[in-house]
Amino acid sequence: MSILIVAEHDNSTLNVATLNSVTAAGVIGGDVHILVAGHGCSAVADQAAQVMGVAKVLLADSAAYAHALAENVALLVANLGAGYSHILATSTSNAKNIMPRAAALLDVQAISDISAVVDADTFKRPIYAGNVIATVKSSDAIKVIVVRGTAFDACPAEGGAAAIEAVTGEHDAGKSSFVSEAVAKSDRPELTAAEVVISGGRGMGNGENFALLDGIADKLGAAIGASRAAVDAGFVPNDMQVGQTGKIVAPDLYVAVGISGAIQHLAGMKDSKVIVAINKDEDAPIFSVADYGLVADLFDALPEFEAAL
Amino acid sequence: MKVLVAVKRVVDYNVKVRPKADGSGVDLANVKMSINPFCEIAVEEAVRLKEKGVATEIVAVTVGAQQSQEQLRTALALGADRAILVSTDETLEPLSIAKCLKAICDAESPDIILMGKQAIDGDNNQTGQMLAALMGIGQATFASELVIDGANASVTREVDGGLQTLTLSLPLIVTADLRLNEPRYASLPNIMKAKKKPLDNTTPADLGVDVTPRVTQLSVELPAERQAGIKVDDVAQLVDKLKNEAKVIS
Ligand SMILES: Cc1cc2nc3c(=O)[nH]c(=O)nc-3n(C[C@H](O)[C@H](O)[C@H](O)COP(=O)(O)OP(=O)(O)OC[C@H]3O[C@@H](n4cnc5c(N)ncnc54)[C@H](O)[C@@H]3O)c2cc1C
Repeated sequence: MSILIVAEHDNSTLNVATLNSVTAAGVIGGDVHILVAGHGCSAVADQAAQVMGVAKVLLADSAAYAHALAENVALLVANLGAGYSHILATSTSNAKNIMPRAAALLDVQAISDISAVVDADTFKRPIYAGNVIATVKSSDAIKVIVVRGTAFDACPAEGGAAAIEAVTGEHDAGKSSFVSEAVAKSDRPELTAAEVVISGGRGMGNGENFALLDGIADKLGAAIGASRAAVDAGFVPNDMQVGQTGKIVAPDLYVAVGISGAIQHLAGMKDSKVIVAINKDEDAPIFSVADYGLVADLFDALPEFEAAL
Repeated sequence: MKVLVAVKRVVDYNVKVRPKADGSGVDLANVKMSINPFCEIAVEEAVRLKEKGVATEIVAVTVGAQQSQEQLRTALALGADRAILVSTDETLEPLSIAKCLKAICDAESPDIILMGKQAIDGDNNQTGQMLAALMGIGQATFASELVIDGANASVTREVDGGLQTLTLSLPLIVTADLRLNEPRYASLPNIMKAKKKPLDNTTPADLGVDVTPRVTQLSVELPAERQAGIKVDDVAQLVDKLKNEAKVIS
């Protein structure tokens, strides 16, 4: 067996999310290769070569891959991937965009968001907003898999010494082009990789009040998240949404503030190690998953919490 | 300009499903079924394109059991002009659905194909991308804004870091994210009118598509349940517990 992992990166740094897929690949077993497709991204290939357990890095450096356009990268993944038993990527927005397209080009049924490896062709994955876990078995010769990052620990980023092989052959499908990106810059840890996450919901009332979470996040080294309601209301940007259809997080500590605990929100955070809920409604469903629940008005509790840290 | 919008019948988003007693699948007996929320957003976007004068005809399509007609009627009540049901009782996976939709698109030649980014039953998030691959056309997934300008589309997408804007040539596939629009409710007169709109029936076999699943579901189980926690009296106790009991802060 041989496994191709499609790296997540920004052309300069290998995203740690990739390391979760390397761990999943280790459970499946076989040679592990990493594909770095991007533009001016040799530094990423160098980092990928050091990842523990990686046998080879394929570097596809071309303007066509600069922005990870699905039409271009999926062609590359399908071409290269035809020689592998498994193709993996961690569940980022790029992976969700590219992997199903590559799977269809290979005429295989992709498997989304696996949370466990049973054997080389059998996997577990949450369905129905994580209300049930399905065990599924693939009969396809090539398994195209998107890995739930929170379900597999990151493997060590160092200790490996893989060879880097340049991949040639341009694949500009000519279907789409990149215009612009509005990326929120933040000094905080990435939501999906943070050890502590503090999220605000509709109860925060408005965007300005999210500042009440800042001081606490500073002290705890936390990332800040949000419910869909808070994003829909325009309090905070979309990239902060935690949930079934937003980001999946599983930090050591998750603090839900002014969030009721709808199934769709729980789907994104209920695998956190310790959950704290602050809500003024003692019957809010969030308390049913919280290790520590505080029934309080958040406008009183948050300043007190910050002061007590 | 013709718009094709694909919709799916799913368990309503308010339902908390459970496994059947024997773990062979999810218990769907007497469970409320609805149009997938993301598909509803896709239908709304199609209707808005028509209201803006960009689209001239909206064709709603679904692949599924006979009962999926209900969701097509919903799409018709929201503003689709006609509907096509690809009917089958086979367990459907994204690749099979994409192949059926490809066959429909080959016959209908739509300029824009609108779909939801994911269905809330299987949570796969695959069908739009797969259809785009099979058709060899561009894909704008997780869209929060769509602007059609002649033969091109400008689409803003919700990505991990924030928002990304792409331009694509038509025809293309757009998959709707939550904030693309807020769907309207169908009015009673429109629900009545929808009953008279054309709804064609076909089957995967008629379309020449093999829908035999490649991935089989062996079993389903409940996820590990969390232990019930405690309510703390105040912030001081909360901080104490986090430091000394859970040991997650120092
Ligand atoms: C297809 C679909 C996908 C979805 N995906 C997601 C998703 O990915 N993520 C997600 O989060 N949701 C998602 N949702 C939405 C979800 O169903 C809920 O609507 C949403 O999570 C509610 O957000 P909320 O808890 O912030 O708001 P609400 O449910 O309105 O809860 C607000 C809470 O704040 C409390 N509160 C108010 N004021 C105060 C105060 N002063 N002090 C303390 N507490 C206060 C209230 O008691 C209440 O419990 C999805 C829904 C659908 C249909």
